[in-house]
Amino acid sequence: MGNELLEIKNLTTSFRIGDGYYAAVDDVTLTINKNEVLGIVGESGSGKSALAFSIMGLHNRVKIEGNIMLNGQDLVKMSNSKLNKLRGDDLAMIFQDPLTALNPLMEIGDQIAETLLLHKPDMSQKQRRTRVIELLNMVGIPKPEYVYGQFPHELSGGMRQRVVIAIAIANKPELLIADEPTTALDVTIQAQILDLIRELKEDIHAGIILITHDLGVVAEMADRVAVMYAGQIVEIADVYSLFENPLHPYTKSLLNSVPAEGQDKLHVIQGIVPSLKNLPRTGCRFAARIPWINESAHEENPVLHEVSPGHFVRCTCHEHFYIPEESKEEQSDGVS
Amino acid sequence: MWKFIVRRLLITLPQIVLLSVLVFLMAQMMPGDALTGQVDPNVSPEIKEQIRERLGLNNPWYVQYSDWVTGIAQGDFGQSFRFKMPVTELLGQRLANTFWLSLVTLIFTYIIAIPLGITSGRYNDTLLDQAITGYTYLGFATPLFIFALVMVWVFGYQLGWFPTSGSVQPGLTPGSMDYVISKFKHLLLPALSMALIATVSTVQYLRSEIVDTKQKDFIITARAKGASESRVYNRHILRNSLLPIAAFFGWEITSLISGTIFIEQIFGYPGMGALFLETILLRDYSVVTALVLLFGTASILGALLSDIILSLVDPRIRIK
Amino acid sequence: MGFLDVEDLKIHFPIKGGILNRTVGHIKAVDGVSFSVEQGKTYGLVGESGSGKTTTGRAIIGLNDITSGRILFEGTDITSKKSKTKDVKKDIQMIFQDPYSSLNPRKRVLDVIAEPLRNFEKLSKQEEKKRVQELLELVGLSPESILKYPHEFSGGQRQRIGVARAIALKPKLIIADEPVSALDVSVQAQVLNFMQDIQKELNLTYLFISHDLGIVKHMCDEIAIMYKGRYVEQGTKEDIFNRPQHIYTKRLIAAIPDINPRNRAEQFKFRKEVQREYEHSYDDYFDKEGLAYGLHPVSETHLVALPGKG
Repeated sequence: MGNELLEIKNLTTSFRIGDGYYAAVDDVTLTINKNEVLGIVGESGSGKSALAFSIMGLHNRVKIEGNIMLNGQDLVKMSNSKLNKLRGDDLAMIFQDPLTALNPLMEIGDQIAETLLLHKPDMSQKQRRTRVIELLNMVGIPKPEYVYGQFPHELSGGMRQRVVIAIAIANKPELLIADEPTTALDVTIQAQILDLIRELKEDIHAGIILITHDLGVVAEMADRVAVMYAGQIVEIADVYSLFENPLHPYTKSLLNSVPAEGQDKLHVIQGIVPSLKNLPRTGCRFAARIPWINESAHEENPVLHEVSPGHFVRCTCHEHFYIPEESKEEQSDGVS
Repeated sequence: MWKFIVRRLLITLPQIVLLSVLVFLMAQMMPGDALTGQVDPNVSPEIKEQIRERLGLNNPWYVQYSDWVTGIAQGDFGQSFRFKMPVTELLGQRLANTFWLSLVTLIFTYIIAIPLGITSGRYNDTLLDQAITGYTYLGFATPLFIFALVMVWVFGYQLGWFPTSGSVQPGLTPGSMDYVISKFKHLLLPALSMALIATVSTVQYLRSEIVDTKQKDFIITARAKGASESRVYNRHILRNSLLPIAAFFGWEITSLISGTIFIEQIFGYPGMGALFLETILLRDYSVVTALVLLFGTASILGALLSDIILSLVDPRIRIK
Repeated sequence: MGFLDVEDLKIHFPIKGGILNRTVGHIKAVDGVSFSVEQGKTYGLVGESGSGKTTTGRAIIGLNDITSGRILFEGTDITSKKSKTKDVKKDIQMIFQDPYSSLNPRKRVLDVIAEPLRNFEKLSKQEEKKRVQELLELVGLSPESILKYPHEFSGGQRQRIGVARAIALKPKLIIADEPVSALDVSVQAQVLNFMQDIQKELNLTYLFISHDLGIVKHMCDEIAIMYKGRYVEQGTKEDIFNRPQHIYTKRLIAAIPDINPRNRAEQFKFRKEVQREYEHSYDDYFDKEGLAYGLHPVSETHLVALPGKG
C-alpha cells in the first residue's frame, strides 16, 4: 500500500540475566501504518513495554537483533546521536506514570520547551514560549500561561499526563508510542485522556502504538490489535475481528477473564506467566497453560498463520481450543 | 517559602536559648566559680563571701543566668581563670583562625567530592567507580587524628613542604602579601588533611544520589525527548542530585567543629579547637563554657542554613 | 439492627499551616457517611482517588481515628473505647491493595499467615502449622510452600497469601481495599473467583472498595458511589447500573470503556452527552463547595444525593 510508517522485522530484544541473554521480545515482525492506532495487548512480562523501549532505543545494556525501519532508516543500526535527532521529533512516547515522568525540579513550561529547543534550534525563546502555551492549550490545560511556571507537584495526575502528552506531540511526531497512558489514572480522567489522544490523532496524523493491558481501552481506541504473550505476537487482527472472532487460546482466555454482562464465573488462566528466565523457548509457549488441549494440537515450531486477510494467529492449537466448563484452576496452581 | 523560613527561624530561637540554659547549668555544676583562682588563698572565707555577694555569685541561678546572657549579648564572656584575661579577647584571634581553616576545608571538601562523586555515580560499577569507592571506604575507616599525624610527619617533617605549627610565620606585618601567603601555607596542610577524610561521606552521598536519579522515570522522559547523554546528565541528573548535597552543606559545619578540635591540636594551629582541648585540660571553665556555647550555636545555625538552602532550591518546599 | 451499621461517619484530618503550624482547617475525608451491610453480602464502595472510600474502610477496622459517628458491628459500637474490641478485631479483617508491599519480605509464609493466629489463639507449633497448611490449601496454594518467602510467589499468589492471612481467624467481615487493582487481568479473575468461593464457604461479608466499576458490578450486591467524602448515590447493582440518577454516577458509568469495538462511536457520543449534562447541570447536583447534597430515597433500595426537597 505504501502506507507503512514503521516496519519491524524479526526483532529480538534480549536482556542480560546473570551469564546469559534472555529474549524479552522474540522475533517480532510488525508494521504500523500512517494514521493508524495499533493496540498491543498483553500482561506484565509479555514483552510489550520492552518492544516500545526497543523502538525508542531507550534500553541500555541489551542486545537487539532485527530491523526497525522508520522511513527507510534502520533504528537498530543507528548511532545514538542520530537517534537523538529522531527521538522527541519523529518518534515520541507517552509514559505510564505521570507522577514520576516529569522532572520535579523543572518548570512545566521548560520541560516542554526542552523538546523544542533540542529539535528546532532556530526558534527564538519567545517563539518557543508561544508554542509551549499553544501546546498546553491543545492538551486542554486551563490557564496555560500560569501553568507554564508551575512545578509538577502542583498539578494533579491527570494534568501531569496532559503535560507528558504535550511533550510528546510538541514536534508533531510521525509515530507516537503510548505505554499504558491511562493505567495510573482514575476512570473519568482516563476517559478524558483517551478522548484527547483521539482528537490529537486527527490533528497530528501520527501512527500510534497504544500499549495496554486493558481490553476495554483497546476496543475503544485501536484500529488493529496485536496480542503478545511471552515475547511473541500470538495474534494480530483488525479490532473487529479480534473482538468478534478471537482465535488464539490466549486471546480467548483473556477476553473471558474480564467481567462481562451475565457472566457468573470468570475464566481463570491456569498457571502463571513464566518469568523471562523460564520462558519456554520451543514449541507453543502457551501450551503449559492449557494442559487440557492435546499435545498433538500444537505445532512443533509455531508460526503466524494468516487465517483471513490481515488476521494472523500463531500455532494450530486454536483449532482445537475450548474453554472448559468448570475451571479446575485450584489444584494445579501450586507453586512449582 | 517565606513562611517556611520565618517558621524555621522561630524554632531556632528557642533552640539557642535552651542551649544557653544547658550550657549555663553545666558550668554551674562545675567545681569552683569565677572567684576560684582570682583571690589570694590566704583571704579569709568571710571576705571571700563578701566578694561573692558583691559579684552576685550568691544570687539565685536565673538571676545569674540573665546577668550572664546580658554579658554575652554585649560580647562579654567573663574572665578566663587561667589566662587572666577576658575570654572575648582570648577568643578573638582564634575565632578568625578557625574560621579560615574551616572555610578552606569546606572548599577542599567540595572540590574533591563533586568530581569524584559525579564520576563514581555516572560510571557506577566500573573500575574507576570501584577505585573511588575504595578510597571512600578507606576514608571511613581511617581515624582523622591518625591520618593527620601521618600527614604532619610526611609533609611537615620528612619533606618539609609545610610548617608544622602556628598559624603564621612570626615577624611579618599583618596585611602584607607575605603575611597572607604565610597564613595560607599554615592552614593548607591541616585543611587538606581534614578535607580528605571529611569528603568521603559527601562523595558517597553524591554517588548514591546520582545512581538513584539515573534510574528515575523522568530521565527516560528526557532521553525520549532526544536529549544527548551529556545534556541528560547536566540538565537532569546533576541538578537533581546536587540538591540534597546543597542541603547537606549546613550539616557539614557541625562535622567540621569536631574535626577542628583534633586537627588544630595535631598541627599546633592556634584555633578554637585547640583552645578547647587546652582549656579543658586546664579546667578553665569560663572559656570552655564560651566555646561550647559557640560550637553549639554554630551547629544550630548550620542546621538552619541547611533548611534554608533546601527551601530555596527545592520548588516542592519553596512553593508552600 | 444490621450486621454492620455505619452511622453518620465523619473523618476529618487537620490541615496545618501558617507560621506557627496551627490547624487552619480540616480535610473532610469522610463527611457524614451512613450505610448498613447485611451478612453474607458484598457491599461495594466506589469512588475515584480522594473520594474517601479507603479511609472509610480503614476506619471500620480501626486504622483511622474517626471524628464523629458510630460504627456498629453486630450491634456493638466498635468505635467506643470502652467496649471490648479484641473479639471484634478478630471478626473483621482486611485485604490490602498491593500484594507486593503488604507482605513482610523477611517473613516466611508460615509466619505471615500465623501472625493473626498468634495474636488471638494459643496454638502449639504443630497445630499452628496444620492450620496454616489448611489455609494455604483453601486458597489454592500448595501446603509445602509454608517455608517460602513472599518474593518466591507471583502477584496473584501473594494476594492469596494475603487472603489466607485475612481468613485465618475465620472472620465474619472482610474489608477488601482494591484487592485486584495491582494484578494482571488473568490473575484478577483468579483472585475474584476465589473470593466468591470462600464467601459462600465461610458465609463471609465483604466490604469491597474499588475504583473499577466493571469489577464492582461483577462482585457486589449493593453499591455506593462516593465523591469528595460524601455519598452520591447508593442502591442495588441494578439501581446503580440501570437507573443511575446522579450525574456523577452517570459520568463514572459512561467512562467505563466498552469492550465491543462496534459500540465505539455510540460510546463517544454518549460520553460527550453525559459530559455536557455534567457541565450544564453541575449546580443542580452539587452545593456551593462542590460537595454532594444529602441522600434522598427514590425507591426502597435506591438513595440519591439531591438538593433538599420542598
